[in-house]
Parts: sequence; structure tokens; C-alpha cells
Amino acid sequence: MSTTTQSPTTPEARTPGRTARLLGDRRLPVLVTAGLFLVMYVVGLSRYQNYGFAEPQVFMNLFIDNGYLLVAAVGATFVILSGGIDLSVGSVIGFTTMFTAWLVERQGLPIVVVIPMALAVGAFGGFLMGYVIHNFEIQPFIVTLAGLFLFRGLCLVISKESISIGDASVSSMAQTQVSLGGAFLSIGAVVALVVLAVAIYVLHFTRFGRRVYAIGGNEQSALLMGLPQGGTKIAVYTVSGFCSALAGLLFTLYIQSGDPLHATGMELDAIAAVVIGGTLLTGGSGYVLGTLFGVLVLGLIKSIIQFEGTLSSWWTKIATGVLLCVFILVQRAMTSRRT
Amino acid sequence: MTTTPRWRALTHHHLFWPVAVLVLLLLVNVPFTPDFFSIRMTDGHLYGSLVSIVLFGSPLILVAVGMTLVIATGGIDLSVGAVVAITGALACSYLSDQTDQGALSGVLLAMALGLAAAAVCGLWNGFLVARMGIQPIIATLIIMVAGRGVAQLITDGQIITVNSEPYKLIGGGYWLTLPFSIFVVAAVVAVTVALTRRTALGLLVESVGGNAEASRLVGIRSRRIKIMVYVFCALCAGIAGLMISSNTSAADGNNAGLWIELDAILAVVIGGTSLLGGRFSVGGTVVGALVIQTLTTTIYTIGVPTQTNLVFKAAVVIVVCLLQSPKFRAKVFGARRSGAKGGGTPDTSPADAAPAPEAAPRMEVS
Repeated sequence: MSTTTQSPTTPEARTPGRTARLLGDRRLPVLVTAGLFLVMYVVGLSRYQNYGFAEPQVFMNLFIDNGYLLVAAVGATFVILSGGIDLSVGSVIGFTTMFTAWLVERQGLPIVVVIPMALAVGAFGGFLMGYVIHNFEIQPFIVTLAGLFLFRGLCLVISKESISIGDASVSSMAQTQVSLGGAFLSIGAVVALVVLAVAIYVLHFTRFGRRVYAIGGNEQSALLMGLPQGGTKIAVYTVSGFCSALAGLLFTLYIQSGDPLHATGMELDAIAAVVIGGTLLTGGSGYVLGTLFGVLVLGLIKSIIQFEGTLSSWWTKIATGVLLCVFILVQRAMTSRRT
Repeated sequence: MTTTPRWRALTHHHLFWPVAVLVLLLLVNVPFTPDFFSIRMTDGHLYGSLVSIVLFGSPLILVAVGMTLVIATGGIDLSVGAVVAITGALACSYLSDQTDQGALSGVLLAMALGLAAAAVCGLWNGFLVARMGIQPIIATLIIMVAGRGVAQLITDGQIITVNSEPYKLIGGGYWLTLPFSIFVVAAVVAVTVALTRRTALGLLVESVGGNAEASRLVGIRSRRIKIMVYVFCALCAGIAGLMISSNTSAADGNNAGLWIELDAILAVVIGGTSLLGGRFSVGGTVVGALVIQTLTTTIYTIGVPTQTNLVFKAAVVIVVCLLQSPKFRAKVFGARRSGAKGGGTPDTSPADAAPAPEAAPRMEVS
């Protein structure tokens, strides 16, 4: 079951020669995170052996419970790799839950129609932010901050109260189990893994992916090389908006309600997962696979705290903060060695 | 419209746009509440919309002033909201353990404790940014994430209430007919302005923000300046935390100061301080914070459902940022020769959305 943990099959591995050592270095953060995940998992195994921690389902639940976070974090990875930041993730997720719940419950639209609409709205929001960022040269931080306010405000515009979804097709979709030997995944988890695979392909094997890295690495050089920088930038925020909306849909499935306060602050979790996964916040360096491990580590912290039983929920935040700190310092040490 | 030199000088003053927005927002209120500008005396206290705007806005002003200096050095401090929560939690939990909550010494000690914790947070941020050379956004993200957990740890996940007259004074008391917090804010702003504009400190901060490495080579201890600025920002946040918890007589580790960092950054940006660092305007920040608070108040008074608050805020952020973006101005006003006014044009954004709930003034007056 832990085959997923060791396979940094990145395209750079094929590039021979002098750069090999440098690139090996670049992969190190991902390996460190993967190692940390393994260590945490093994510690969990030995500590809660008698409480069923070894069940394959516990491992699968990491994906089921964090699928939406994974999708959001993948979106954030694009933005961060391009050297930007997207603070609107949590709000877009919250808005999507609200929007979906409202359309399905109050307007009686079938979920099949609602899903593309929600995705379109999210992607369009991202596109708008990217457009403003690129065309008016306003800092991404501020523009996406406005996006954060806007989408959270729109949630509240739809309704102050949470809307629970009783629609049969939604609940059947939420309860569908994809069996994998001794364990199962939910549809949300499968979608998340598909998104991950697509993101790996796009970032590491397409021209668009290389442009994202180029712009994040050095915007000026990318411009001088004649890369269509504006389009890429806008596309990156559109991808992030789309991923956030998709994460919102998964979250809706997971929680089966819309609430104006859903996913408050989830952008922080997403950014934390990306950073723990070894992506440099300055952009240009990192792997989507690292983000997967970042999300898994965060998820594992949550499950360990659940298994521990006596620890209060706020320890999750403290542990996340401490981990973030450790990883940032490790990254710092590594980048300073490289230069 | 002829653009006389004097008019042009006025519109090019760095405070023009922030003040214009503020005045506009204030005027919007008049048709809805004709006595908006009136201030009356009741029970020896001054009351009125203007007073309450300043009262409710005071924690934000404090945090934003601290944030201004951080941003001036080219940094950013995301941890202020968490620091607000930690300070309030620590002060209140210490105070609630005292047998005599009204004792002045106990209150002072509680406040000192809270501010000390804030200063430690600031030192940590400064250490990470200046010594370890970590990007400010990430360095302060650590306390932003972990800090709320710590605050909840201190309060044990509960909302701690205190009942102490002296403690109540900072955030909810009156002095010389005005809310006491106004004096605190005025003092902090005055000290900041004096320190940065009457001494070389402001210049040093700006030079560090302009180019930290060059400043260091010139002989400025840029690291020390950076650490100092983060400590100052955290202390401001600490005072704001005391104010918020004192106003409600309670510490809520989860919600105190939630999103205040975003509002503060917004205030700084509206005030005309560039996020790139190297230049700052404390006066602009104060105006910016007042704009945000006035916006909140306006939404209440004109009877728009309070839910739209956030949508409006988003619209204002976008409009203000667009107006400040040289590229946007060139595109929109460029045709009309360094156009005079025209704030209405970009208003197309999302302001036409409908109502929703949320967001009262940050502090509830009791």
C-alpha cells in the first residue's frame, strides 16, 4: 500500500551530465517529506497497533478525508511555482459549496448540470484575478485578497445559513465506494488522484508546465526568451480557480452541505501543504508530487491526533505550524548551500 | 475640466486618493442619516457616528500602523491576527486567575505579560526574516498558523471572560469624554510619526526597504532595523489584542482578530504605501484604516443588508488598487491627459451583487 510513497519519477531524472547533482538536490525536499511521512506512519503503526491503525482503510482515509485539500493544494502549486500566491482558495471552496447546495436544493437543478457551472464560475474567478494581476501589474497578494473577500461575500449573499443537501443523487455519489482490494476510496479521493496525475503531466511534460517554471524562476529572463508570459500567468490563476472550485465540489460531496463559513482559512492549509512538499515560495522550484506528500503529512497529523484521543483539535494547528517552520528552515539551509 | 497646476498638485499628493475615498464614503452616509456628522454629549461622553468609527477602528489602526513599517522594509506580517489572539488570551487568562480582578497591579501585570508574548512573537518573526533570510510571507505564516492554536491552548478552547474595571478601560472606557482607546491610538501614532519623521529612523527603514543589501554596505544595520520593525508591529498588534479583549471583556482564541492582518494590509495599501517597500506613509495608513471602518459603518447605516459587507470591501479594494496602478491609470485616463477625477469608471466590478450576512464592526460596544 505504500508503493505511492517512493516514486519521484520526474522527467529531470533523465537529464544527464553536470546538472544531475543539482537536480538531485532539488528533489531532496520531496524525499525529506516522503521520509517524514513514512516515519510518521511507522510511528503511528507502532503506537496505535492495537487500535486498528494498520488497517489499509486508515491509509485510504487519508485520501478520502483530504481529497479536497489535495486538489486545492495542486492548484496552489501551480500558482506558487509561477512565483505568485493565491489567497482566495478557501473562499472559492466555500463559495462553491454554497453555490452547489443552493442550486441543487433551492433551484432544483440536477447535480450534473450544477457541476460544470460551479467549475466555470471558479475558473472564471481565477481568470479575472489573473487578468487583473497581469494587465494592471497589481500584486497577486492584494488581488487574490480581494478575491477572498469577494467570494466569501458572495457566499453570504446566497444565504446566511448553511444549506444541507438532501438530494438523492448527491448522496449516492458521495457514498459510492471504489473498492481496492481490502480497502475503498470515495469518488472524491479518486477525482483528487486523477487531478494529481493530470497536474504532474501538465507541469512536467508540457510546454505550459515549462513556462510556469520559467516564469517562477525568473520572470525577466522568461520575458526575454519570448515566452508568452501574460497568457501563462492568467492561465495559472485560472487553473487555481478551477482547482479550488473542484475542491469545493469535493468538499460538498464530503460534507453534503453548503455553509458560508466552510473552508475558512483553507488557503493556509493549501499553502502549508505546498511548502511542506518542498516547493519554494519564491517560485520556479518544486514538484507536484511533493504537494501530495505535504497533504498526506497534514492528513496524518489529523488522524494521529484523532487516534491519540486526548489531544485537542488545536494541536493540529500547532503541529502544522511547527512542521512548516522546520521545512522552511530546511529549505533555507538547502537553497543557501546550492548557491 | 481644466487642470490647473494647483489642482494637479492636489491630485498628485500622496494622501489625495485615500482622503478622497474617505470623504466620499462619509458623504454617502449623509442622505441616509442626516445627523451623521453630529456629535452629542450624553453622560459626559461624546457620542456620534464619527466617534464610533474611530473607536471601532482603533485596533485596526494600531495593527495597520505597525504593518506599515514592516511593509516599508519590503516585508509583510501575516501573524498579527494570531498575535492579537495570543495577547488577549494570555492577558485574560492571567487576569481571570486573580482573586481581585480589579486590582491595578494585576491588570498591569496581565497587560505586560500579553505584550511580552507579543514581543516574543515579533522577535521570532524578525529573527526568521532578518537572520535566517526567509521570505517574510512564509516566515510570518508560521505564527499565523500555529499562533491561533497556541491562543486556544492558552484559553483551553474556551472563551475566557474577565470582570475587571481597570482592564475594561483600554478598549471600552472613556477618558476626557472620549473613548480611551482613541488616546492610545493617538499616542502610538504620534510616537511612530515622531520616531520615523523626526529622527533618521524612518529614513533607515525606507532605505532597508529600498535595498537591504545596499543599506548594509552603506553601514546601516539593516538586520537590526528589520527585527526592530517586526517587534514593533507585533507590539502594536499586542496592544490591539488587549483592546479587543478588553472591549468585550473576553478572550476568544479562535475569533479574536480574525482576518485583521488582511484588513491591515488593505489599510496600508489604500493609504498609498507600496507593498514593494522603500516608501511609507503613516498618515495614509491611518486614513486607509478609517476608510475600511467607515465602509463597514456605511454599510450598516445605509441599510444595505450587512451580508454584502465583504462584497463591498472587495469592490473597494479593487477600485483603490486599480486607481493606484500606474498602468491602469495610463490605460483609462491616459487618453484624457493625466485625467483629473473619474473614480466612477472602474466601479463596474462586483458591486451590483445582492445581500448577504456577516461582519459586524470588529468590536461590539457593550
